[in-house]
Amino acid sequence: MSTIEARVKKVIVEQLSVKEEEVKPESSFIDDLGADSLDTVELVMALEEEFHVEIPDQAAAEIRTVQHVIDYVVERVPDKQA
Amino acid sequence: MTKQRVVVTGLGMVTALGLSVKETWQGILAGKSGVRPIESFDASAYACHFASSVRNFNPEDYQLSGKDVKKMDLFIQYGMAAAIEAIADAGLTVSEHNADRMGVAIGSGIGGLILIEKTHQALMEKGPQRISPFFIPGSIINMMSGQLSIRYGFKGPNIAIVTACTTGTHNIGEAARIIAYGDADVMIAGGTEMASCPLGLGGFAACRALSTRNDAPERASRPWDKDRDGFVLGDGAGILVLESYEHAKQRGARIYAELSGFGMSADAFHMTSPDPQGLGAMAAMKNTLRDAHVNPEQVDYINAHATSTLAGDELEARGIKQAFGAHAAKLAVSSTKSMIGHLLGAAGAVEAIFCILAIRDQIAPPTINLDNPDTGCDLDFVPHTARPMKITRALSNSFGFGGTNGSLLFSRV
Repeated sequence: MSTIEARVKKVIVEQLSVKEEEVKPESSFIDDLGADSLDTVELVMALEEEFHVEIPDQAAAEIRTVQHVIDYVVERVPDKQA
Repeated sequence: MTKQRVVVTGLGMVTALGLSVKETWQGILAGKSGVRPIESFDASAYACHFASSVRNFNPEDYQLSGKDVKKMDLFIQYGMAAAIEAIADAGLTVSEHNADRMGVAIGSGIGGLILIEKTHQALMEKGPQRISPFFIPGSIINMMSGQLSIRYGFKGPNIAIVTACTTGTHNIGEAARIIAYGDADVMIAGGTEMASCPLGLGGFAACRALSTRNDAPERASRPWDKDRDGFVLGDGAGILVLESYEHAKQRGARIYAELSGFGMSADAFHMTSPDPQGLGAMAAMKNTLRDAHVNPEQVDYINAHATSTLAGDELEARGIKQAFGAHAAKLAVSSTKSMIGHLLGAAGAVEAIFCILAIRDQIAPPTINLDNPDTGCDLDFVPHTARPMKITRALSNSFGFGGTNGSLLFSRV
């Protein structure tokens, strides 16, 4: 498991109070991990803090699964930081 | 329209003396103080270094997850804990058939100060993009009633009256009227507070309202004593399950007491100082007796508002004398704030519960630290130790900033 993937999972576990084994790449925040619209806003904030990136509202709206987050972060975070 | 009789069938409480009604009441009857130096932050720069804070509170004990906790300021968590105890105590079950006949009326004097502090700090340090989406819904006062309705499915009236230190009393009184009027069969009512944080402590200290007896915190709350120098902030919650008498009977619920009277008034005098003749206090008590169709002589015990402030304590004694006449000298009057401090918006609720338990156990709680009663403070204040006595009716007083007053009368059924 890449470091980015592990860090993404850690943030999700903390923010959504879910068990680590529940967080699968295909898991949807709202359908599978019990998040509501406000939870996802705060989750995006926590990811921005963790990876020092800015996720615009439009991009945030398209991030619906764990894999979406990982892809988004991998694309934008320089290797040395990950 | 016939007015429904209203009874109390469930009690719940979180205070510095314990995380339940039982623990708190044991401490009260033993004359224990819950006041300690503040540990949640460094209070050494403040005029007052101590409070009657809730200790060993664990949200998980109330099935509040890490995710829930983020969405609820501590005042809501305390209120949820007390409400969960009260609802279980009443043996209440909610179904699709009765949910719309059950409501909530729980307030707070101050609301989510801790979340306000934290959010402001994030705003200053990191900018507006770091304001949590849960800041507003987690700190507004009526979210206590909202969260409780969501947890249990209560679909009846859902309100939160905010009247400073009379909040708990007003919510209970108005909840009872909602039942009496026929708008609900059951109301979960009371108050909750968590204000012993930097802004709360500093704010009340700036009003010169707090005791500064930093060398002896346990002796700081001393209503009617000539060495009193202000009140002690207390945290916690008190929640009652109120129910129409008919509904309680029908489901075979245990009835603690009847809520037989509620009265209100305003001082119309000053933002923070009480009416100098005690007239507002007197009016709230008289209105309560009138509502209950009870004569002064039929009341046995008063749980006073008496916060340990210079002006307030003496004026309440004066108000009691004016409302009760010659019978004032025969009343047992005590201030449980001497032990758990002043719970602001929750004060009226926990003190209503003490009145109910005084009726159940036929015992008047004490006023501790009352070593030398001040001039004008000459009623029977049950000093130092609890007193077994006949109690058929007990009255609870609350007075708040803004000159808002309220009293409740409970009677043995």
